[in-house]
Amino acid sequence: MPATLTSPPGTADVAALKDRAHELRRLQMTMTRGKGEGYIAQGLGIADTLAALYFHELRHDPADPDWPDRDRFLLSTGHYSIAMYAVLAAAGYLDEDELPTYGLNGSRLPMSTFDITPGIEVVGGSLGQCLGQAVGMALGLRLDGSPARVFCEFSDGELDEGSTWEALMGGATFGVDNLVALVDCNGIQADGPVTVAIEPVADKLTAFGWDTREVDGNDMQALTDALAASRERDGRPKAIVLRTTPGSGIPSIVARPRAHFIRVTDDEWAGFMDELEANR
Amino acid sequence: MTSTPVFGQTRGMGELIEVADKETVLAPFGTELAALGRERPEIVALTADMGRYSDILPFRDEHPDRFWNVGMAEQNLIATSAGLAKVGKIAYCTTYSVFVTRRAYDFVAIACAHSMANVKIFAGMPGLMNGYGATHQATEDLNMMRGIADLTIIDPCDATELRQVVRAVADIPGTVYVRLLRGHVPVELPDSYEFIPGRAARVRQGDGSVGVISTGYMTGRALDAAQAATGSGVDAGILHVPTIKPFDTEAVLEFASAHDRLVVAENHKKTGGLATLVTEAMFDAGVLRPVIRVGLEDGFFECGSQEYLEAKYGVDLPRVLRAIVDGV
Repeated sequence: MPATLTSPPGTADVAALKDRAHELRRLQMTMTRGKGEGYIAQGLGIADTLAALYFHELRHDPADPDWPDRDRFLLSTGHYSIAMYAVLAAAGYLDEDELPTYGLNGSRLPMSTFDITPGIEVVGGSLGQCLGQAVGMALGLRLDGSPARVFCEFSDGELDEGSTWEALMGGATFGVDNLVALVDCNGIQADGPVTVAIEPVADKLTAFGWDTREVDGNDMQALTDALAASRERDGRPKAIVLRTTPGSGIPSIVARPRAHFIRVTDDEWAGFMDELEANR
Repeated sequence: MTSTPVFGQTRGMGELIEVADKETVLAPFGTELAALGRERPEIVALTADMGRYSDILPFRDEHPDRFWNVGMAEQNLIATSAGLAKVGKIAYCTTYSVFVTRRAYDFVAIACAHSMANVKIFAGMPGLMNGYGATHQATEDLNMMRGIADLTIIDPCDATELRQVVRAVADIPGTVYVRLLRGHVPVELPDSYEFIPGRAARVRQGDGSVGVISTGYMTGRALDAAQAATGSGVDAGILHVPTIKPFDTEAVLEFASAHDRLVVAENHKKTGGLATLVTEAMFDAGVLRPVIRVGLEDGFFECGSQEYLEAKYGVDLPRVLRAIVDGV
């Protein structure tokens, strides 16, 4: 049983969490070799956040995925599935041996997340749908007097969706301070750089009534500090704007001009793994 | 050809008005939901700024801690309802049919139906039910919603049935779309009537010459028309189909086979709704009978009184009577 199951998280062991993030990157690259393609850049970018959540901040129990008082993590960007499967395997929800089935026919680990996978709370991928569900979950848990919190990841691209702003207004109106929004601002979407004028994201969230912090999403100390600060129950929903680097941990992927969907040949793969080890 | 203008009074927001020779029940949806909420603490309710116009306020007044108004945000209404369902609640939510179908369709499909989320959508002003024009007339809602897998669709006839549906949907697994009747809702069905999810019900026995297959409040109209038709020596049977999905194919085929000719009546376009389901089932099974479809043609409809629009677009009582008696 993880130490975080029944007690609030204590001081973060940043070095250990960095090791966890490295493990998540390694697992993702292993899945990439099997499939040869995927949303790797985003997955590498969000790896530190997932490590901080699943190995420090979340109260959860991989042996009991339906525990009613578990904290919920909702991944809105279903195409980050490769990162989710990595963390679910590392945390014990999935067997690591299953990871090579990522994206293959008949697999429980599809290219976009569905709630058929152990540990996946909602269907992601239809972007703009998860934050509203997170608000509803937070309302229901609060109604029950549950100590559980809800963490909802979504991306800067999803700020294009009007429904995201509906949910932001709803969360503030209902004062769900058991909800933490994690906005992955990696600056890319399907057609290239984020298109419409979404900045300044943190100022907008603050103006919408969210208790907002902004951090380097690949800085583990900053991440864990922001998560700790977001535990306050003051009647305001929490938001953390994560400035992440697509491909973080592998400079050759960071350097790719078109990083939304990446193909990795077998020849490239070994080099990427060398870079990953050199940059840990 | 220019038609002569007919000036009549409109009424607001799908509210049914008291009819001289009909017993009515005021706001059966909200009063029944409030009562059910007393028995089942897991029931919560939401609206998107349509509390008053969906009759849900009795629940809010009795259970204010379990009620949320998300404002004019129908996508968020469905998403928030789905979230509540996914932490163990049964979420009843209301808005107008046009907004949940046309605006929040993807949310109903993915956030709700795909996960079999316990969200019960009561959609106001389904079909042609008000004089506010195409913006408020959900004349293709059945067609749209039947395209969503794992979604249950119910079109109640009257107050008697609606009250039973309010209770029944709590125990139907997954997401349910109900066509709401509000205001002074008439009583058309007998006290002995029992709504069974997924089942059609024979509500009038005829002599086998003409059979009417109907859903929603058009069943009330069919009952009135069948009674009137006896004056012309026609004794029509009526099969009421309250559950559009899953469709009771077996009952429809049995009824169709037992009649010489059929009338299908619905508060919906003639395509994509009940008539399409009936004729698909008959064709697949090789049950061939003449069928007259009483419903709306494809188009957007203008503003005007309910009575004016129903007469103009062919879903009023005289139209049903003509189909039964004259076979046209």
